[in-house]
Amino acid sequence: MRYLAIFILSMIFWLLITFRFTIPNITAGAVASAITAAIFGRYYFHNVYKFLQPRRWYWFTVYLVTFIWACIMANFDVAYRVLHPAMPIRPGIVKITTTLRSEFARTLLANSITMTPGTITVDIIGDEIFVHWIYIRSDDPARYTKMVTGRFEEYIKKFAE
Amino acid sequence: MNDMAAVILISVGVLFNIFGCIGLLRLPDIYNRLQAATKCVTLGCCSILIGVLVHFGIGGAGFRALVAIPILFFTATVAAHALVRGAYHFGTKLDKRTVKDDYREAVK
Repeated sequence: MRYLAIFILSMIFWLLITFRFTIPNITAGAVASAITAAIFGRYYFHNVYKFLQPRRWYWFTVYLVTFIWACIMANFDVAYRVLHPAMPIRPGIVKITTTLRSEFARTLLANSITMTPGTITVDIIGDEIFVHWIYIRSDDPARYTKMVTGRFEEYIKKFAE
Repeated sequence: MNDMAAVILISVGVLFNIFGCIGLLRLPDIYNRLQAATKCVTLGCCSILIGVLVHFGIGGAGFRALVAIPILFFTATVAAHALVRGAYHFGTKLDKRTVKDDYREAVK
């Protein structure tokens, strides 16, 4: 089942990047996808049936919209700091604790943190994520955890765990 | 009309890429510089790719531009993480304006 999911995903990907629906092209794609599935199939998707739950797709859409909005804000934030004559920065590395369990969800959270305003993920050790922040706005761990993870953590928990 | 929108999107993308480059020059240390490099450059490139999609329409090149966007997001974030972590373990000093460093105790 896991192998089939990887196969279908890589097949869709192949068809999107080549965008030619001829028999030789589709055959080549099927062979390449089969090889990919055989090699990487055991690393991903421990439970394929999660794909079939509409609730998860709904939360995924909510997450995507929030994420794109945060990305655009991140851009303007960095542009403002770079162009300001006095360069208002107050950098540092802070430690935040996550409640997410699965590896996939943690990777997504770390990537989301990197793309949101002023933060970049340095490392994950155990339950703790180390984040480089360009302007530390608070010294209280509970408050800055909230600021860094934002609403991403609850959304990711709803669709990926 | 479509060409107009494409030109505007590509111009915005180039503008943000320029902001990213200014950030690379102005910010003090590698960690802050990577912030400018990942954010501005990633979204600038996405804007250019969307401009390409608008110009070519759905099909061939336009669709490939659309597929490149998620790939760009994943590779840029992972590369930034690897560079920051590598720089820290190599021993690059944080800038003197840095107010906090929780990572030092964790690495020891």
